[in-house]
Amino acid sequence: MKELLEVNNLSISFTQYVQGLNRHDSKVISDLTIDVKESEIVAILGSSGSGKSLLAHSILGILPYNANVTGEIKYKGQVLNQDLKEKLRGKEICLIPQSVNFLDPLMKVSEQAIGECKNEKEHDEKKVIQREIFARYGLDESVDDLYPFELSGGMARKVLLSTALIGNPDLLIADEPTPGLDVKSVEETIEDIKNLKEHGKGVLLITHEIDVALKTADRIAIFYSGYVIEINNVENFKNADNVLHPYTKALINSLPRNGFKLTEGVQPLDEVPGCPYYENCAIGTDRCGKEKPNLEEHEGAMIRCFNFREANDGA
Amino acid sequence: MSETPWYNRGLFSSLNLRQKTLLTICLTASVLLIIFICGTLINANLPTDFTIKMQPPSFEHPFGTDWMGRDMLIRTIKGLSLSIIIGIGASIISSIIAIILAFIASMNSKCDEFVSWLIDLFASIPHILLIMMISISLGKGAFGVIMAVAFSHWVNLTRVLRAEVLQINTSEYVALSKRFGKSRFWIAKEHILPLVLSQIFVGTLLVFPHAIMHESSVTFLGFGLSPHEPAIGIILSESMTYLAMGAWWLAFFPGVALLIVVLLFDIIGDNLKRLYDPSEANK
Amino acid sequence: MIKINTKKLAKFFGYKLIRLVILLIVIAAISFIMIQMSPIDPVKAYLGQRIVSQEQMAIIGNYWGTNLTLGERVLGWLQTLATGSMGFSLIYRVPVTEVIMQKFTASFILMAVSWIISGIVGFGLGILAGAKEGTLIDKAIKTYCYILQSTPTFWIGLVFLMVFSVYLGWFPIGLSVPIGQLSDTVTFWQWLYRLILPAITLSVVGIASLTMYTRDKLISIKKSDYFLFAQARGESFWGIIKNHGVRNILIPAITIQFMSFNELFGGTILVEQVFAYPGIGQATVAAGLRSDVPLLLGIVLISATFVFLGNLIADIIYKYVDPRIRGEDDE
Repeated sequence: MKELLEVNNLSISFTQYVQGLNRHDSKVISDLTIDVKESEIVAILGSSGSGKSLLAHSILGILPYNANVTGEIKYKGQVLNQDLKEKLRGKEICLIPQSVNFLDPLMKVSEQAIGECKNEKEHDEKKVIQREIFARYGLDESVDDLYPFELSGGMARKVLLSTALIGNPDLLIADEPTPGLDVKSVEETIEDIKNLKEHGKGVLLITHEIDVALKTADRIAIFYSGYVIEINNVENFKNADNVLHPYTKALINSLPRNGFKLTEGVQPLDEVPGCPYYENCAIGTDRCGKEKPNLEEHEGAMIRCFNFREANDGA
Repeated sequence: MSETPWYNRGLFSSLNLRQKTLLTICLTASVLLIIFICGTLINANLPTDFTIKMQPPSFEHPFGTDWMGRDMLIRTIKGLSLSIIIGIGASIISSIIAIILAFIASMNSKCDEFVSWLIDLFASIPHILLIMMISISLGKGAFGVIMAVAFSHWVNLTRVLRAEVLQINTSEYVALSKRFGKSRFWIAKEHILPLVLSQIFVGTLLVFPHAIMHESSVTFLGFGLSPHEPAIGIILSESMTYLAMGAWWLAFFPGVALLIVVLLFDIIGDNLKRLYDPSEANK
Repeated sequence: MIKINTKKLAKFFGYKLIRLVILLIVIAAISFIMIQMSPIDPVKAYLGQRIVSQEQMAIIGNYWGTNLTLGERVLGWLQTLATGSMGFSLIYRVPVTEVIMQKFTASFILMAVSWIISGIVGFGLGILAGAKEGTLIDKAIKTYCYILQSTPTFWIGLVFLMVFSVYLGWFPIGLSVPIGQLSDTVTFWQWLYRLILPAITLSVVGIASLTMYTRDKLISIKKSDYFLFAQARGESFWGIIKNHGVRNILIPAITIQFMSFNELFGGTILVEQVFAYPGIGQATVAAGLRSDVPLLLGIVLISATFVFLGNLIADIIYKYVDPRIRGEDDE
């Protein structure tokens, strides 16, 4: 399978002024490495508000101007610089946004799906495609003329998905596609995303809902305190023994069906010298407090931990 | 509004916002104070010297001279200090009106409706016209103008205070005070006033530039200070007569000076607002 | 798909009409009392420098009703007002309604022209500054607005007069009608020629607040989610500004512009005085200076109605054009 997206050692930080005096660099994403292949769904799982969305923004080149970015993003083997991002976004790489707030409140949804057109002819052509895709997701013609605020939750979901598909992209980035939806809509959304995979498209799914990630993705990356600490195949998440990182184990054990065991403590906000999970880790050593582990490969998975071997041997 | 305005840039960029703001306030305030003190020290009856009448700006008379040979720079400074006095008077009185009305509005819903209606009423007559009317009814002159400007500029501050007081009045601790049987006046004095003090202060300062501008406007139209007063409005309306003769300096320099004074007050008010507004403090 | 609930609309207008009537009655009464309170003797103010005998002054006083008590005068005036007449103008010697009709038409054109110019230019500059936030263009526009907000309208008029009329000689100094010509015989072009400078002055003053409003609004839209998504969809920067920025700011900006009738009228008074444009502003000043009470009161009422209409239109636009609020209203 062809590699679609490769993100290597991506870090994003913001310069802020605290109390008018002190410049403060706050790191949101640190040393993130991930890849997405054709016909594959990769989920990034992290708590809400932890800055996962910025990965999506970074790939699309829509980060705010005060963001400092290091690292490399490649698309189909080509380095994605700002020019290429601007050329590809909306065409080869598309975003499925979080909520209806991402639509212009004063524009009819069909027009937004069609987007900017150079002339009447292009508009007419795109209108045909738009109708076709809307129809595919069961949105009849009356929906075309609605304003975003008139859409129901499930309908909004489908409109957002259709909008992303108009350009016939190869890579889709779904940013929290299931917030506050009812069970039925969540199931539908999961089906829709899986369906995209059948059509050969790669999907990067950004979510904080473990269930959605487990049901949808082929591989899951665990995002903790700005770091990706583990990337593993979805099958391995069925059992806490098969995942590698102590946090992932704790996370799986916390799922209701595995007995409700919650991890203690919160994710550290400030930069720490050692492993971000050190404070809450059950198997941490002195080294973990002083030194940051790198993301390394282990039997097809990626893991960022010094002690995972010992821990897993003991288990 | 994350960015700093142009006057906070450049030379002082190494300082933080709070320091910069304070520095700007001090600088502008001292400029205004100097103008004010110079103005009060100048004798209102300037020497007239018809041998040097209508002279364009020179080193001797940077702003030129008028039809009676009076130095325009001195007249302008005198006029500005008069404007500042009227501005101070008018903005303080308008703030007092605003405080009283906001207090009345906080009494009960009927009073609140009445105050809202009063705000609508005053906002529905063009400002200049309202000032003209009040000034006429009080017999023009300095008193008339101060009152006129005061009675037409309380609206904004009253709106702000009313909203603020409404919010404080619904808070827990005010409810608690009421249950303890404290009087309305006591609550207003102890709880509300300290919290809205900064709003009042900033509000008063923000009225100031408008007060000065409107004072000069009505005086220019002939409804303000009498032609014997050395006011900027008078100077400018006088200059109209000589405009066709090409005596541009009579109108230009006093106007620019007025503009600068108004701008300085705007800057002070703006900076204070930024300093007090917690939502902007972080930026 | 504009659905307008006629019943609701009728109720809305009925309510507004009642408000207007009450407002006008109160304003009329207060203004009348205020003017009557004035220590300035209207007879003396009217006569100005002219010398007349005691008897003649008494006759005029009698004719004007200055010898009546305040209460009688208020009642008398309100009674005449109720019959639809606003009395006779003392300085123009024709019914007040006639003076106002004539003068207001002239001013209305002046105000309309500058209102439209300042609206278009102000909105354009605001969009430009907002889109180019932080650049030199933005700073230039912002500085311009800052300075204009601190400049008295009449002084800008004076400067324009100095530059364009005295120095460059492009326009006449004052007087809407060339000297020695009756106002009826003025050609359209002569009149238009004299309209330009006052109209520009009034526009220049009106631009500042709208520009700042539009700029701030566009900057907040640039931070919105839908702006981000439009970018992610690959729309071009100016395309987004046009399709989403302008679309979302236009209605509130027009609303703001309609709510500026108050400042517009005030500005007109000053500008007309500077350029000697024979409109409602000049009439106001003349009526005020020479104590033409009926005319002054008539102008106060007409200006209050004018401002009220502006706010009403703003209200209607706000309520019935935005599909979100329109939708809520229909339920």
